[in-house]
Amino acid sequence: MYDLVASLASGVLVGAIYGLAAIGLSLIFGVMKVINLTHGAMIALGMFALYFFVSVLGFNPYVSLLPIVAGGFVVGVMVYWIAVNRVIGSSDLMSLLATFAMNMIIIGVGTALWTTSPYNVDFSLPGISWHGYTIPGTQIVAAALAIVIAGLLYVFLYHTRTGKAVRAVASNRQAAELMGIPTRRILAIAFGLGIAVAGAAGALIATLFPFTILSGGSYELKSFVVTVLGGLGNPAGALAGGILLGLIEGGVAPFVDVSWTPVIEFSLFVLILIAFPAGLFRIGKNH
Amino acid sequence: MLRMSAMAVTLTCAVLLAAPFAQAKTLTIGFTTSETGKLNADSKPQLLGFELWRDQVNTAGGIKVGSKHYKVALKYYDDQSSAGRVQQLYSRLILQDNADFLFSPYSSGLTATAAVVSEQFGKIMITTGAAEGKTYRLGNKHLFQLYTPADKYLKSALDVIKAKSPKAKIALIYSNDGFSSAVAKGALANAKRMGLHVVFDESYASDTTDFGPIINKIVASGANVLIGGGHYADGSTLARQLHDKKVNLHFISLLVAPDIPKFANLGEAALGVTVPSQWEHSVGYKPDFGVAPSAFTKAFEAKYGNQPGYHAAGGYAAGLVLQHAIEKAGSIKTAAVTKALNGMNAMTFYGRVHFATGAGDHGLQIGHDMVLAQWQKGANNKLVSQVVWPASAQTAPILYPLKTFAH
Repeated sequence: MYDLVASLASGVLVGAIYGLAAIGLSLIFGVMKVINLTHGAMIALGMFALYFFVSVLGFNPYVSLLPIVAGGFVVGVMVYWIAVNRVIGSSDLMSLLATFAMNMIIIGVGTALWTTSPYNVDFSLPGISWHGYTIPGTQIVAAALAIVIAGLLYVFLYHTRTGKAVRAVASNRQAAELMGIPTRRILAIAFGLGIAVAGAAGALIATLFPFTILSGGSYELKSFVVTVLGGLGNPAGALAGGILLGLIEGGVAPFVDVSWTPVIEFSLFVLILIAFPAGLFRIGKNH
Repeated sequence: MLRMSAMAVTLTCAVLLAAPFAQAKTLTIGFTTSETGKLNADSKPQLLGFELWRDQVNTAGGIKVGSKHYKVALKYYDDQSSAGRVQQLYSRLILQDNADFLFSPYSSGLTATAAVVSEQFGKIMITTGAAEGKTYRLGNKHLFQLYTPADKYLKSALDVIKAKSPKAKIALIYSNDGFSSAVAKGALANAKRMGLHVVFDESYASDTTDFGPIINKIVASGANVLIGGGHYADGSTLARQLHDKKVNLHFISLLVAPDIPKFANLGEAALGVTVPSQWEHSVGYKPDFGVAPSAFTKAFEAKYGNQPGYHAAGGYAAGLVLQHAIEKAGSIKTAAVTKALNGMNAMTFYGRVHFATGAGDHGLQIGHDMVLAQWQKGANNKLVSQVVWPASAQTAPILYPLKTFAH
C-alpha cells in the first residue's frame, strides 16, 4: 500500500515535468502545425545549459532558469528563421524534415562537444521521507516550477496582447493577417516560446537525473504521447496529459515488471487515440 | 681508394640495418567503434587502448613475423552504437578495406552481430568489451574473447555478500540488454548455488532515465543489498537516484558504470559503490609477455592525460594478444594464428588469457579473473577507486556496510 502511494506521488511529480516538456511541442504544433523534431535536442540543450550555469559558473539551478528560458527563446527564434520559416505552408513532410535535419545537426555537434557520456549536476535539497520512501526535494521543486512556468505561459497567452496574437494566428492565420497581426513575427515568437519551455523542462530534469545529449529523446517521445493525450495544440491539456501519464506510470509500476511499463503506457495511448481522436482534454482547447 | 671503400662499407651497413624496416609491410586491423550513440562513453576508452598499442608497436618497428616486420594500420568506422551499421561496416572492412584481422566493437550486442560477419568470411576477431558468453557457444572458430564471461561477472560481489552478511536480502536489478541479462542470469544461478537470498529480481529498459518506480519496489521488497545495473548512462543514474531517495543499502555493486573515472562526479552518490572490474591499474600481475600493468598505466596517462579503466586496458590487451599470437605463429595466415591463439595460456598485464578450445565453447575466455573495485574517500576527501576484493589483490579494506540514511 505504502509503495503504491509513494509510486503515485512520484508519478504525479515527474508527470508535471512531462507536461512542461510537452507544452513546448504542443504550442508549436498548435500555432504553426509543425511537428518539431528538434524538441528532444532542445530539452537536452536545456540540460547542458543548466550544467554550464551551475557547475561552471556556480549559479543556483533555479536562478539559472531565467537565462536558460531567455536563451532558449533566442535559439528558438533563430531555428525558426533558419529552418522553419521557408517551409511553412508547404507540405507537412517538409517541416518535419527541416526540423529533423536541425535535430541531427544539434545531436551531432553535441556528441562531438560533450560525447554521450552522462553529465551530472551535483545538487540536492532535503526531501520528504515516509515509511522508508523518500521524495527528493529537487523533484518537488521541479514539479512546482513546472506548474508555475505552465501557469505563466497561460497568463501570457490569455492576458497579453502578444499572447492573444499568438492564439489568433493559431486559430486562423489569414484572418489574423487581415487584422494587421504580423503573423511571421508571431510564428517566430511562438516557436521561440516553445523552445524556451522545452529548455526549461530540460533544465529541471537535469536537477533530477544525470543526462547526455541523447537524453531529450525519451522526453520527446513522451511529449508526443502527452500532446496527443492532452489534445494537439492545447498547452493546458498538455500539462494535464503529462500528469496523467505520470500517474499511469506510477500506478502501473508496483504491479508489473518496470520494463513492461512502456508497453502498457503505449497500449493505453492507442486505446485513447481510438476512443478520443482529438485528445482527452478537448474542453481545455484554447482556440 | 680508401674513401671509396669506407663509403661502400657505410652503404652496406645502412642497407643491412634498414633491412627489416625497409621490408615493413602493413597489417590492417579493422573494427568499428561507437563514436556516436549511447555506447560512446564506454567505447571511446577501448579505442584509445587500440591506438596506444598501435603506436607502441609501430614505434618499436612493427610486428615481427619471421624475418619480416609489419606496421599496424587501424581501419575503423563509427557504428553509431547500432547493430545495423555494424553488420554493414564489418562486411566493408573485410571486402573493401581488406582487413587482415578484426577487433570487436564495444558491447556484447554489437559484437554478436559483428561475429556473424567475421565468421562468415573466416576472419580472426579478438573481442573485447563483449562479455556475453552466448556468442561463443554457437560453434564459431575464429572468435576469441578477452573479457571474463558475463555469467561470472557478479561472482566477486556475491562472494563479498556471502562473507560479510550471508543472510542479506539481495535485490537484483538489471538492464534488459543481452549482456546485463546474461550477467543477471549467471548471478541468480550463483546466488542460488551459494545459498544466498534474492528477494527482488527485475529488469528495466536500457534507456531508463527515471528509476523512481523500481527504487520504490526495492524499498518495498526489504532488500538490503543491491547488485546489477547495465552500462554507464543507466548505472550512473541509478546510483544517483538511490542516493537522492535515501535507500538504505549495506552494499551496492553495479556493472560497468562505476569503473569509468567520471563516475566520481556523482560525489556522495558514488561513495561506497562497487564495480566488478576486468582490470584495475593497481593490479600486480607479472606478465609472461608485453608490458607490466604499471608501464601500461604510465604510458596511457602520458598519452591521454587520464587513468585507464578496464575498457582501455581491454583495447590494448586485444592488440597485445593478437601481436603475440602472430609473432608466435611466425605467419599472418588465419590457420596459423588461430592455432597460436588456441594454444595461448599466458599471464599478461591485463590478467591471464586462456581460450576454450572445445567445439561447444570455442574462444570463450576461461583464464581471466575479475576483481571488485569500490569508490572510497582518499586523501583530502577526494574519491578514489580501490581494489577491495579478492583479498590477494586488495589495495584497501572494503567499506561494508555502507553508511545508512536517517529518515
